[in-house]
Amino acid sequence: MEWFDTWGLPLIVFLPLVGALVLGLIPKEKEDAIKGTALLFSLVTFGLSLVAIGLFDFGADTYNTYQFEVNTRWIPAIDSNFHVGVDGISLPLLVLSCFVVLLSIIYSWDHWEEPRNPRAFLMLTLILLTGMNGTFVALDLVLFFIFFEVVLVPMYFMIGIWGDKAPRKIPGFSRIVETRLYAAIKFFLFTLFGSAFMLLGFLALYFRSGEFGARTFDIVELTDLGASGAFTGTFAFLVFFGLFLGFAVKVPMWPLHTWLPDAHTAAPTVGSVILAAILLKLGTYGFVRISLPILPNEAVRWAPVIAILAAIGIIYGSLACLAQTDMKRLIAFSSVGHMGFVMLGISTLTDVGINASIIGMVAHGLITGLLFFIAGSMAHRYHTREMARLGGQMKIMPIMGGILGFTAMASLGLPGLAGFWGEFMSLVSSYNPLDGLSLTVFRSAMVAGAIGTVLTAAYMLYMLQQVNFGEPGDEWVGHHFHDVDRYEMTAWVPLIIFTVVVGFYPNLIFGVTNDVVTSLVEMAFQGGSITAGLGG
Amino acid sequence: MNQTVDYLAIAPEIVIVVTLLGVLSLDLFLPRQKKFWVATLAVAGTALAAVPLIFLAVDGSTRSMFDDSFVVDSFALALKGLLLVGAYIVLLMSVSYIESDRYWQGEYYLMILSSLLGSMVMASGRDLIVLFIGLELTTGPLYLLAGWRKGDIRSNEASLKYFILGVLSTAMMLFGMSLLFGITGVVGFSELAAVAGDYAAEPAMILAVLFLFVGFGFKVSAVPFHFWAPDTYEGAPTPVTAYLSVNSKIAGFIAMLVVLYLALPDLSDIWAPAIWALSALSMTLANLSALRQRNIVRLLAYSSIAQAGFMLVPFAAAAVADADLAEGFSATIIYIAIYALMNLGAFAVVIAGARATGSGDIDDWAGLGRYNPRLGLLAAIFFLSLAGIPPLAGWFAKFVMFRSVILTGGSGPIVLAIIAAVNTVVAFYYYARVVKAVWLDPVPDGVEVREQTAPAGSLSLALGLTTALTVIIGIFPAIATVFADASQVLTAAGG
Repeated sequence: MEWFDTWGLPLIVFLPLVGALVLGLIPKEKEDAIKGTALLFSLVTFGLSLVAIGLFDFGADTYNTYQFEVNTRWIPAIDSNFHVGVDGISLPLLVLSCFVVLLSIIYSWDHWEEPRNPRAFLMLTLILLTGMNGTFVALDLVLFFIFFEVVLVPMYFMIGIWGDKAPRKIPGFSRIVETRLYAAIKFFLFTLFGSAFMLLGFLALYFRSGEFGARTFDIVELTDLGASGAFTGTFAFLVFFGLFLGFAVKVPMWPLHTWLPDAHTAAPTVGSVILAAILLKLGTYGFVRISLPILPNEAVRWAPVIAILAAIGIIYGSLACLAQTDMKRLIAFSSVGHMGFVMLGISTLTDVGINASIIGMVAHGLITGLLFFIAGSMAHRYHTREMARLGGQMKIMPIMGGILGFTAMASLGLPGLAGFWGEFMSLVSSYNPLDGLSLTVFRSAMVAGAIGTVLTAAYMLYMLQQVNFGEPGDEWVGHHFHDVDRYEMTAWVPLIIFTVVVGFYPNLIFGVTNDVVTSLVEMAFQGGSITAGLGG
Repeated sequence: MNQTVDYLAIAPEIVIVVTLLGVLSLDLFLPRQKKFWVATLAVAGTALAAVPLIFLAVDGSTRSMFDDSFVVDSFALALKGLLLVGAYIVLLMSVSYIESDRYWQGEYYLMILSSLLGSMVMASGRDLIVLFIGLELTTGPLYLLAGWRKGDIRSNEASLKYFILGVLSTAMMLFGMSLLFGITGVVGFSELAAVAGDYAAEPAMILAVLFLFVGFGFKVSAVPFHFWAPDTYEGAPTPVTAYLSVNSKIAGFIAMLVVLYLALPDLSDIWAPAIWALSALSMTLANLSALRQRNIVRLLAYSSIAQAGFMLVPFAAAAVADADLAEGFSATIIYIAIYALMNLGAFAVVIAGARATGSGDIDDWAGLGRYNPRLGLLAAIFFLSLAGIPPLAGWFAKFVMFRSVILTGGSGPIVLAIIAAVNTVVAFYYYARVVKAVWLDPVPDGVEVREQTAPAGSLSLALGLTTALTVIIGIFPAIATVFADASQVLTAAGG
């Protein structure tokens, strides 16, 4: 399997793109051929990501060493290379993104939102996969930036073309526009705004690195420089802020989250699933991969700010959920809260916290992905997402209702299911953050987070009560509803299984991440250089 | 005095002159229905001119004539290459457009070729006189071309506005040049660079620089000297507009930058703040105006003004921070080259799209992607590339721009970088409006979707070329850095 060392990651990244191009060549009418080809490409990509797990050397995981590394010249003029590789932090996310896209393609087999056009939709899905996988394996800041941005275009079209067509009055504008149009451009502009500043931060790092040798965009080299305390002072403060803007919009952190409820609610089902399950993780992943290791001193300085914003996000997201009448919008807002837990874990700068954040990301990907699938399927059947009109689903569609109940339990963090570990450990870690961080701030954040878990339970149960229990409304009497069909089942069962497996055996994730996270924390925050930073 | 002529060095220009004369005489003899041979000759001649150009580039030596007032170095060659490619694509776009008008084909190609000749001479000009002659030969024919659609009142307005403001700017520029010559007694760039610093305190010198600056400002239609551009762009025939916004703009830009960079680097205290303001104003005001446009050509007119602001960012940042100008200069050149390719593509799409939809209003393009997906895809590619979305070529232009500013550092450049960053987001909004109309909006009621015919062969070729370049440069931006390498030659010369 030596070929995998050089070809594995490039294939995982670019095979979906090739698939998209191949789809472009198939005539639009041959829908089965189109679906089959898309499935084949995503299946092979997922298979390759499993091969990566198989060949991954779990023993040799110290931070800043990568496996299946490829490093070739790309743009010599700006010292940027095509440098990719995976470690224990990116591997779970890489597999998750291949997995979720595969399931999305299976799900979409029989679920097309208007105006259909499976070919275009699947092409966009595959391009998204290339962008997401590329971001997770990129080890060069320019490459990272490119993939980070590539993701925007297909998602913009997905929301804009297949999204929610309900007319909507936008505050401050006289014209009434369709939700999809508003949501699509809002999503794009927010992310673009953040990433413009992120790019300025990358460039600043690049030039500053020139003072310690050759200028470089290489994440590995920059991490070494960062660990040796190269980036300090106002410079580092501003760079961290630039990166923070880029990543925090993507996560999204309060108060930069306002694009999320609109985008997630307006997107077609598969778009919402991919947005929630993977795209949000690009932001948190950016924090873990770039901000923390390269600017450890600044991470310490900014940690309380991040913790406070995360705590606000948790409380705010949960309260906002309680106020929703639209089921899909409720799930969308729940992401703000869940990603708040992930950010809280990261902000503690401890191995427990960062481990929690990664398992939190994976769990959120599985669970919220599933919730959006279900919400999409329900909207497809009821033609409404108003919870007040729904009800008694256990009587109308028992299987659908059962799966929804299970997923809601997982989402509220029931022990034994995947969602529990991320929230629980993130709270534990904020009781005891990195030495020198303000205990008052973090323990307050922990209390806020704990209240947040209660509120999460409240809104999830509220949703279940509205949707699942009680008697079906009069308007549904006499309707025949088709319970979960086989494509839905095929797409959902794997998610359910993994939610249970990760819940019972979290070591599946920790086993991959723990060594590298411990090593990251040691290298970045417990070395000699950091103590100086803590004083100031 | 070295007055021998190196014919190889001016071979590309000679080919253009021969083609131009050929076009002129062929037009006399051909009957009306065979006029397409004129177009063919013009296109072929432009392509042929690339042969000696490539030979010179491979040869690589710097050739200089007429007391160093005409220099063929790798910088001049790179620019000439770009100008040739630009003109070639414009000619391809013109063929079917002009043919459908059925009049004065011969003269049309004559004008474009003359203008191309002027810009190529300008690219080699290393003193004020050659530069001026080149620049005027570039713009002169364009006054006529802008008014090509004689029956159309807006075309007349376009031509007249362009002419009056063009002549005004020429007068100012010439006045500035004559003051410069009067004070220093020299016209060559290297001689000027050597002595100009001694007169930095001279009030007349300040006046000279400012007059030059205003003159160039009009030529490149930078805010606040931009008022002619949207009207002229809208009224002129679309291929001419493409030429105006690409070749003629490049020519004006190069003239301005070369004069400032090679001849007046020591006076940067005078022009640096001005160019900083020009850049910031162009980006911001043009972007804000573009948000309100309904006509796609007017949108591109404002977009090209805003892009001019982005182009100036690296150079302005380096100048205002008193840093080494070389880095900023080469970043600006890369930006110009990439802008040229994607903007030409955008205009080719506009021509094809106007034919497909029968309108130049963005709202009328609604649903184009539904009934003509291929054209819709191209529209998405070029407008997203103009917005700087990777992996299309525009990202690299924006990237080198930011890179160069951050390299310079300091408060002036950083403020400019932040203005540019915010403007990038604003610009995305109006570029996305076109994409939104094409892909997201439904086909309007009552519009019967015409049977879509493929665009004419030459237009398809233009679209294909620009698309290929936009995508390939986006993925392998190393290709575009030849322009940066080429501009390094000037550093040595101007140093």
